[in-house]
Amino acid sequence: MTHPVHKDDFGAKLGMWLFLFTELLLFGGLFLLYAAYLHRYPREFAAAGKELDWMLGTANTVILLTSSLCAAMSVTAVQRGDNRRALGLLGGTILCAAGFLAIKYVEWGAKFGHGIYPGSERLRGGAPGESVFFSLYFMTTGIHGLHVLIGGGLLAWIATRVRAGRVAAGNHVLLENGALYWHLVDLVWIFIFPLYYLVL
Amino acid sequence: MDEQQHTIVSYGTLTAAWIALLFLTALTVGITRLDLGGYKVLGALTIACLKGGVVIAFFMQMRYEGRLLRWLLFVALVTLAIFIGITFFDVLYR
Repeated sequence: MTHPVHKDDFGAKLGMWLFLFTELLLFGGLFLLYAAYLHRYPREFAAAGKELDWMLGTANTVILLTSSLCAAMSVTAVQRGDNRRALGLLGGTILCAAGFLAIKYVEWGAKFGHGIYPGSERLRGGAPGESVFFSLYFMTTGIHGLHVLIGGGLLAWIATRVRAGRVAAGNHVLLENGALYWHLVDLVWIFIFPLYYLVL
Repeated sequence: MDEQQHTIVSYGTLTAAWIALLFLTALTVGITRLDLGGYKVLGALTIACLKGGVVIAFFMQMRYEGRLLRWLLFVALVTLAIFIGITFFDVLYR
């Protein structure tokens, strides 16, 4: 090759982390709203929180933790030159992402079935704290779900590059950054889970 | 330039982190089923922070990163803490 390929793995990773910090602040803002309104409507939040199924929340927590394990292991596999295993592990992560979204679909579907969705008759007629709780619930889990969708798509694309051998040991910062994004999705859920499903 | 050598985190370490995370999940579900009043939120959030720490340190490999990234993470978290702290200063003493 005549031109040396410009490669700056550390710069790439630094950029990814800076982006992740902005994501932390985004979700931090949503958690802050939750905390301020919990302080204002403790009774309504407690009543509304009982509507959420903590068992489904726990199932999704276990699924996401497992998906993160697979993503982290896929980085190790690529570093060890085992692209085949990395592909399998990435498949595991994407499968978990699909499972997470399927459970979310069932949850949201049940809420919609009970007349609980933004702007519904039931919420407009109910206590103001209740509609605030569900607005925050749909907003936070919705934005998080969108991140799951984007993260799953990103990892699927990276998997095609791993398969083609374009992501390989020593040249795997793309996979590392994709995995970092995925772990952030997991990290945010670690806080959504107790706040919405457990403490109320 | 600053040539960062890549640390390879073993499957064993990652699995151990995963087991710790599952254990903490079981613990947080367990304690929030009890009637602890205000300590419920405190307990659940403490465990969530611990879990977050494990994810950042092992899965996101912050444990093996250099000083720059660690400091940036610290600054981001302090910024978030300032937002939360000042908001609550307003909400609680209004």
